Amino acid sequence: MLEALIKIVVVIGAIMTAVAYFVLLERKIAAWVQDRKGPNRVGLPLTKVRLFGLGQPLADGVKMMLKEEYIPGHVDKALYVLAPISILAAALATFAVIPFGSVWPTDGGPIEFVVAPGFDAGLIYVFALSGIAVYGVILGGWASNNKYSFLGGLRSSAQLIAYEIPLSLGILGIVLTAGSLKLDAVITQQAETGMWNAFVQPLGFIVFLVAATAEAGRMPFDLPEAEQELIGGFHTEYSGMKLTMYAAAEFMHMITASFLIVILFLGGWHFWGLTGSGDQITWVTALIRVGVLCGKIFLVILGFMLVRWTLPRFRFDQLMALAWKVMLPLGMVNLVLVAAMVEYFPGAIVDRPLIVFLGMSGLTLVSLVSMAILAPLGSKQQPSTLDAEMT
Amino acid sequence: MQANDPDILWVEEPKLGLAGKLYLPLIAQGLTTTTRHLFSKKITVSYPDTEPEIANPLIYRGVHRLNRDEQGRVKCVACFLCATACPAHCIDIIGTESPWPDREKYPESFTIDELRCIYCGMCEEACPVDAIELTSLYNLTGRTREEMVFDKEKLLSVHDQTIDKEPMRSQGGATSQGGFP
Repeated sequence: MLEALIKIVVVIGAIMTAVAYFVLLERKIAAWVQDRKGPNRVGLPLTKVRLFGLGQPLADGVKMMLKEEYIPGHVDKALYVLAPISILAAALATFAVIPFGSVWPTDGGPIEFVVAPGFDAGLIYVFALSGIAVYGVILGGWASNNKYSFLGGLRSSAQLIAYEIPLSLGILGIVLTAGSLKLDAVITQQAETGMWNAFVQPLGFIVFLVAATAEAGRMPFDLPEAEQELIGGFHTEYSGMKLTMYAAAEFMHMITASFLIVILFLGGWHFWGLTGSGDQITWVTALIRVGVLCGKIFLVILGFMLVRWTLPRFRFDQLMALAWKVMLPLGMVNLVLVAAMVEYFPGAIVDRPLIVFLGMSGLTLVSLVSMAILAPLGSKQQPSTLDAEMT
Repeated sequence: MQANDPDILWVEEPKLGLAGKLYLPLIAQGLTTTTRHLFSKKITVSYPDTEPEIANPLIYRGVHRLNRDEQGRVKCVACFLCATACPAHCIDIIGTESPWPDREKYPESFTIDELRCIYCGMCEEACPVDAIELTSLYNLTGRTREEMVFDKEKLLSVHDQTIDKEPMRSQGGATSQGGFP
């Protein structure tokens, strides 16, 4: 009981701090990509020490807390207050089953780096909670009683439901190879074979990566809150701490997505020749494992932030076409490939990893190319009524 | 507007190649550009710590100056062309009979309200004797509105301050040739 409470405090503290500093990192990356310098003035409070702007999150936090929390007169008060709470609660609760490392060796037996160890339905729990996050967005959009907010909520519901399917298809392949829904079991399987799932099922990795970006609502999938079209979307009417809760929840979704990508496809805490694979480890190895995991997470988040400044936002029909016409078939192809491999070549991952990697990469390339040739994701600008008149 | 409105010109989209249809190669291409910018030289100037570099001070439009001729007299002949050209009406000239034989008039008082000025440079263009010019001094501050109204002495002192670094745009003016014909 005490152990779990300590873990909860540490995890929530770490996540909240991480969110604050990822906001700063996002601003810095945005600035660097645009050839600017970014926030670099705020340092230690009440001194002139600048520290490259590392005091910025503190200043932002204080500002947001002291801001007036205005509730417009036309909103549904109960739902309006409930929405940001529910989305933040769901985003935080996800971290209960996510492992932050492997185990810490003690005299009384190893302590696992996860709040709720041994939870058998870890993956299902994560996706159930990411489904609840949709409610926060829809409730906020509906309760605001504002057309922009409502449109943002609608877009969000359609988008998240559409991308849940390729996301789940990507995970099914993992569940087939790992044979378990426990997240640490997935890591252990990758660590023991030394073959990260991204090499075993590259197609599933691509599908999952795209779907996870969409689920996290990151660019280029940030249609629910498109500033240029919807003035912020579902959080147009929010201010002060409630807006902060939405923003924090959004960053947590990104962190969750990075954790899932790393744990499911990039080997979790495993790195060849550095971390070993078993449970019998010293505390040095335990620390290295945590470091490797955090390093990978950081790189994935960095990737998210770079993609944000690379790709323009999708149009809504393009978004839906990508989900239903491209990602869904590719996810199914991946599932069939992995199922066939597990059924007809069991143990191939351990015995002949190179052949598995080359074969799966080749098949991925073949399916991507045939997808591009047979059903290209073209964008149709002209309305269809025009075609009839022109011909 | 209807979709078949004759005023709408529907443009045929360029056909995508295989790389474009695959989409992923183009994303890689875009990410390369983004990453290159991530490490490129930053153009931000940390202003109070470092001063910006003004590429060509001769075409910069900062604080005004009143030029002097070779004998140190004000070049202005009080023709009022700058005051007429000024869209913000910030130039106020009182002209009077010139004490010198080479011109008829000179400004007894010449004031520019630097707060009212929009720094368009039209006074400089209008001046027939190249007497008023805009310098590259950009960090103009003051504590009162009154001190931001520059009189003739102040404008001449701006000339003395900047003439070494920024020579006069043209050396030939009507006054240097000996006055109006």
